[in-house]
Amino acid sequence: MIPELGHFALMLALLVTLVQGVLPLLGAQRNQPQWVALARPATAAAFLLVLFSFLVLTWSFYSNDFSVEYVAQHSNTQLPTLYRISAVWGGHEGSLLLWVLMLTGWAQAVALFSRRLPEAMVARVLGVLGLVTFGLLAFVLLTSSPFERLLPAVEEGRSLNPLLQDPGLVFHPPLLYMGYVGMSVAFAFAIAALLAGQLDAAWARWSRPWTTVAWVFLTLGIALGSWWAYYELGWGGWWFWDPVENASFMPWLVATALIHSLAVTEKRGSFKNWTVLLAIAAFSLSLLGTFLVRSGVLTSVHAFATDPRRGIFILILLAIVVGSSLLLFAARAPKVSLGGRFALLSRETLLLVNNVLLVVACGAVLLGTLYPLLIDALGMGKLSVGPPYFNAVFVPIMLPLLVLVAAGPIARWKHAEIGPILRRLWPAALAAVLAGAGLPLLAGEWHAYVALALALAVWIAAAIVLQTVERFKTGKPTASWWGMQIAHCGLAAFVVGVAMVSTYEEERDVRMSPGETVTVGGHTFKFLGVHDVRGPNYVAARGSFELTKDGKPLRTLYPEKRNYDTSAMPMTEAAIDAGLTRDVYVSLGEPLEGEAWAVRVYFKPFVDWIWGGCLLMSLGGLLAAADRRYRIRVKQSAAATAAAAGATA
Amino acid sequence: MKPRHKRIALIGGGLAALGIAAALVLNALNSNIAFFVTPTEIAEGKAPQGKTFRVGGMVKEGSLRRDNLTVHFVITDTAKEVPVAYTGILPDLFMEGKGAVAQGRIGADGVFAASEVLAKHDENYMPPEAQHAVDQAQKTGQTLKQ
Repeated sequence: MIPELGHFALMLALLVTLVQGVLPLLGAQRNQPQWVALARPATAAAFLLVLFSFLVLTWSFYSNDFSVEYVAQHSNTQLPTLYRISAVWGGHEGSLLLWVLMLTGWAQAVALFSRRLPEAMVARVLGVLGLVTFGLLAFVLLTSSPFERLLPAVEEGRSLNPLLQDPGLVFHPPLLYMGYVGMSVAFAFAIAALLAGQLDAAWARWSRPWTTVAWVFLTLGIALGSWWAYYELGWGGWWFWDPVENASFMPWLVATALIHSLAVTEKRGSFKNWTVLLAIAAFSLSLLGTFLVRSGVLTSVHAFATDPRRGIFILILLAIVVGSSLLLFAARAPKVSLGGRFALLSRETLLLVNNVLLVVACGAVLLGTLYPLLIDALGMGKLSVGPPYFNAVFVPIMLPLLVLVAAGPIARWKHAEIGPILRRLWPAALAAVLAGAGLPLLAGEWHAYVALALALAVWIAAAIVLQTVERFKTGKPTASWWGMQIAHCGLAAFVVGVAMVSTYEEERDVRMSPGETVTVGGHTFKFLGVHDVRGPNYVAARGSFELTKDGKPLRTLYPEKRNYDTSAMPMTEAAIDAGLTRDVYVSLGEPLEGEAWAVRVYFKPFVDWIWGGCLLMSLGGLLAAADRRYRIRVKQSAAATAAAAGATA
Repeated sequence: MKPRHKRIALIGGGLAALGIAAALVLNALNSNIAFFVTPTEIAEGKAPQGKTFRVGGMVKEGSLRRDNLTVHFVITDTAKEVPVAYTGILPDLFMEGKGAVAQGRIGADGVFAASEVLAKHDENYMPPEAQHAVDQAQKTGQTLKQ
């Protein structure tokens, strides 16, 4: 009975979102205050209904209700409680329900934190979000309801894919979805502004904090996924240019362009059309990402068993979203004013270059990701595009961006001059050259690639130091200023991590018998042997490795090979000794003859800087979004609007 | 600078960036794609010589043989077979009788030297390429019987 209540709540939510999507939009266009006033209650109702339905599904998992097919397929009584709950989004149906829950959650947040916005604007934003929710709810109900019954019920469920029984899974999908779905808010603001014909600085200011917060979630979600792949999958890599990874990375690139372009629109009133296009693109790419992941059309190391019917539904949804928003854009864009003029050298131009580079990079990733699909659709054979393609294209496009990151915040709006910029940045340039020449020698062999990357990272970091010193002379910087600098610092740290680990990493697959040693990057592993350990729902072969450096013992590492009771699939648990300047990593392969094992050992210099950099970027984004001026100025502009309204009346 | 010149400079800069990006893309794409070939196509001599490609199908039961870190196995699409050698640690889900996709080159001895064997997330998942190879082989098998 309880699962049916959840199913019923979803159906009700579908009807409510139809109301939320249609009436407030019509009301705002036709000036019908009663219809406009429906937006908030409808949003709250949709959120509560979907939340209820999500809690019902969670309850079904918690209480091991195997008469629900989705629960029977993804959980069993042996599963620890934490994973029984995270199993709710361990499969297709549940993760889509999570998607929808977050979508309604974002809409509810907009409804709550937009008291100072004009009611018509709020109604339009919530209306657009309502329409998107309607589409996705229809998708859930028609193709992938998690509440389908399995009658008669089975005694025991099939269990969660062992790969997903990890703390990483508890957080990775929700964070990533928060980011994906958060793009819908930026999208809704853009569409609402187009509908109202009010593309102005106020619109940019409203949508900025939302976009930044969504971007933070996306950044954290991608970083966590990358870290999870690194330690859980036993591959030791942090990025594989896999279609599913690209699916999350493309919206990130466009969202990064969007938060920079929104800055120009807010401060200078320029780039309005471009900003709207980016908002549409970011959300469309989020939907495309969902399509790529959920349809299984691409061969991916991440692919799960999937159903092509679902892919077609998302594709249709994507076509409707892209088609209708571009039509609206085409109708409204010619009327939009150009905004503030700017000289060829100005902060506007630098941010424009930032945008062009990020969008071109996204285009290159998109092409590489979809190329196999295109060729297959044309009947020209099946092929795959390898990681070297992405590295060869992506890295050169990003290099100029890294050069400009240091100059952008220094250049003045409207009209900048090359002289003052160079005068202020020459110490950073000097530091960069010295770092490029010297630092790689400390790490080992000198390579041009790593020298360039370290020089660029030092260039960015030194420029930030210079700006901070200067800024303190003129008073206390704002939170958003700090946010920008910290995020850029994160980028520098990320570059260091990528360059160091890709140049100096060492990887060896070896055959080891107890007592044998292997050395990578100055660290020696001594294999002590393997013995069986019993876990809550698995038996593990646990290896012991004594880690020493220069003869000094550091610690003992225990990588595992787990065999879960309910699954034929073995699982590798790597053991990692993490450090600020290096990780050492050991994982067990297969048992060989006698007591020997195939063993994989890695030395990964500075690899944690990659995720540390992402954390810094997220922290910067949070600071920027928390800036007081978003709250104060909104008040002022509301007062100004009210005054203007009073004047006209 | 006049606005018109400015616009020309901006557009020119944009086009130049796009041109460079396009050149990068085409160049990189050309050298980094791996075609997918079925065991039947290899038997028919349709495999690209001296180039990296992918082969997929089922891992033949009883064909798995370990020689220290080097693993030998046979990939079959149920009609034809191709022997594969791979050095290193196989992904967890690699099993006899299950689907697999390997990337590498074919040697003069007819053994496919794999540089990578694709991992999967899910034991019920069949790589689409492996499925495709088996479907193709069975389709042609049926037409031959008729």
